[in-house]
Amino acid sequence: METLAAVLVTVIGAATPLLFAALGELVSEKSGVLNLGVEGMMLVGAVCAFAAALTTGSPAAGILAGAAAGMLTALLFGVLTLSLLANQVASGLALTIFGVGISALIGRDFVGTPLPRLPLLEIPGLSDLPVVGRLLFGHDVLVYLSIAAVPAVIWLLDRSRTGLILRAVGENHEAAHALGHSVIVVRYLAVMFGGAMAGLGGAYLSLAHTPMWAENMTAGRGWIALALVVFATWRPGRVLLGAYLFGGVTVAQLHVQGFGVDIPSQILSMLPYLATIAVLVAISADSVRVRLNAPASLGRIFHPDS
Amino acid sequence: MKTLGLKPLMGWLGAAALALALNAGTALADPTKVGFVYVGPIGDHGWTYRHDIGRKAIEKAFGAKVKTTFVESVKEGADAERVIRKLASTGHKLIFTTSFGYMNPTVKVAKSFPDVRFEHATGYKQAGNVSTYMARFYEGRHIAGLIAGKMTKSNVIGYIGSFPIPEVVRGINAFTLALRQVNPKATVKVVWVNTWYDPGKEGAAAKALIDQGADVILQHTDSPAPVQAAQERGVWAVGQASDMTHFGPKSHLTAIVDVWDGYYVDRTRAVMDGNWKSGDTWGGLKDGMLAMAPYNPALPADVLAMAKQAEADIMSGKVHPFQGPIRDQAGKEKVPAGKSLDDGALLSMNWYVEGVQGKLPK
Repeated sequence: METLAAVLVTVIGAATPLLFAALGELVSEKSGVLNLGVEGMMLVGAVCAFAAALTTGSPAAGILAGAAAGMLTALLFGVLTLSLLANQVASGLALTIFGVGISALIGRDFVGTPLPRLPLLEIPGLSDLPVVGRLLFGHDVLVYLSIAAVPAVIWLLDRSRTGLILRAVGENHEAAHALGHSVIVVRYLAVMFGGAMAGLGGAYLSLAHTPMWAENMTAGRGWIALALVVFATWRPGRVLLGAYLFGGVTVAQLHVQGFGVDIPSQILSMLPYLATIAVLVAISADSVRVRLNAPASLGRIFHPDS
Repeated sequence: MKTLGLKPLMGWLGAAALALALNAGTALADPTKVGFVYVGPIGDHGWTYRHDIGRKAIEKAFGAKVKTTFVESVKEGADAERVIRKLASTGHKLIFTTSFGYMNPTVKVAKSFPDVRFEHATGYKQAGNVSTYMARFYEGRHIAGLIAGKMTKSNVIGYIGSFPIPEVVRGINAFTLALRQVNPKATVKVVWVNTWYDPGKEGAAAKALIDQGADVILQHTDSPAPVQAAQERGVWAVGQASDMTHFGPKSHLTAIVDVWDGYYVDRTRAVMDGNWKSGDTWGGLKDGMLAMAPYNPALPADVLAMAKQAEADIMSGKVHPFQGPIRDQAGKEKVPAGKSLDDGALLSMNWYVEGVQGKLPK
């Protein structure tokens, strides 16, 4: 059982960055903005979090810097697509390329420097419980934050007035505009939230999961997060499921190899992708509901004066 | 403002790509220009990082007489050919292409530039102006195996593989042979991550192996994440490509360090002196093409002495890591006592020795 708990702790580590980035992108897409720059924002978040934590010695400063850096990168995307009305797909791709480059530049002097891991929040008594102790009460603040973000985003989107406006903007921006809502402001805020969350996902990688900076250390997780949003049909609960499924199968296939099961490792490496897509597609098979969830104005440019 | 869309963006992208492709400036007076093509970023702290240190050694050795250029993160394939051609056509007299997948593009471009010398790492195709070079990393794996055999308590060793190619299989086998020479009860669990570089996945693989009882972690991938995971879990690890001590001061037994500096300086000097010749170099510990990182001070004196002795014996040729008798996983004798495997067999190795668990993916 102790082993199982240790395995599950590894799964949480693999899932957390995806959960952060995918939740952020979900909110951004719900407002109608498709930001393909998640990978870039995660990298900028990762390097800034690492740099801040290392130079100030404060993990909290690192986390804040990661979120702020992701947000600023997203702001750049916002200026391009919302104010200058550039194409969202092209700008998003450019943002990723930009993020890879600028994070490498910022991180030049940090390559090969270790950092103490983000402290685990241990609750005296509870964390020492057998099996469940480490599993439930032995994580760092970012893990708890990522989990708490799921109900928060659900509440924000489904229960709050802000969420109603955000969804209205994402469904039909002309109508929302006619009702007097500021489409551009709402979208700026949503995009920046997405950036901050991607930055936190990056910060989790460079502060907790593998506490170091190495170029391109996200290794494609931003793209997986993007895919999760679509396959989860823009629902936060399913994003949570997808992120943990992906992390779980990733870790499980490594274990299967370690046990010497006779399945080619190349096939096992594909499994996380296959399993996640299969499960999310199966539970999202109702095409009418999918269409209801997909923001109708996703990726469309809004001309304020048209 | 409304027309500001795709076009200027594409312009930026193009400019960025161009800038990326050409860190090369315009030709200065007369320095010998040396170009490098890297498969990863110079900040990977692994394979590419070590090649870049070799490039800096050239600059240090020849100062203003050389000018080096590098292009990083070049994809293997068509992109590589474009970059190599660009370097060749902008006055570079010597070009190092540092990944296996650059083999065909290098040979192809070399045909159109007979006056330019090419050096391709880890490949096997030579030409009049194309040399190949690589290091006998398996010699370092042998030493790591001896140490691991002495240090393991659980007798389970975890090995993180990148791709099941002969280079990596050779390392696993050299390690396992030495491991079982000092500890016949020890076995090796291999996990393939199917990537050279993904810190998160490499770390997760290390943790999975530790959870399955491994108390020494080996890696044939490029990031320090496995060493870090070992430190976190309180087990041993052996680093790869660079000295990774500071990522796990307690866990890091040693590392097998790539050292290209000497070779790069020699080959550059040969081009400057006009006596460069095409060849195939497979250098080992004795040629200084690899080195062992400082051993962990926690090693017992006898283990340390054994490691140092093994280094000396490999250099003098007294020990060959693939000395018989060698059995494969089925227990069949592949190499009889008194013989050792030749380079041809090493270069095409596609079977596991006895003591490795699981089946080699094909």
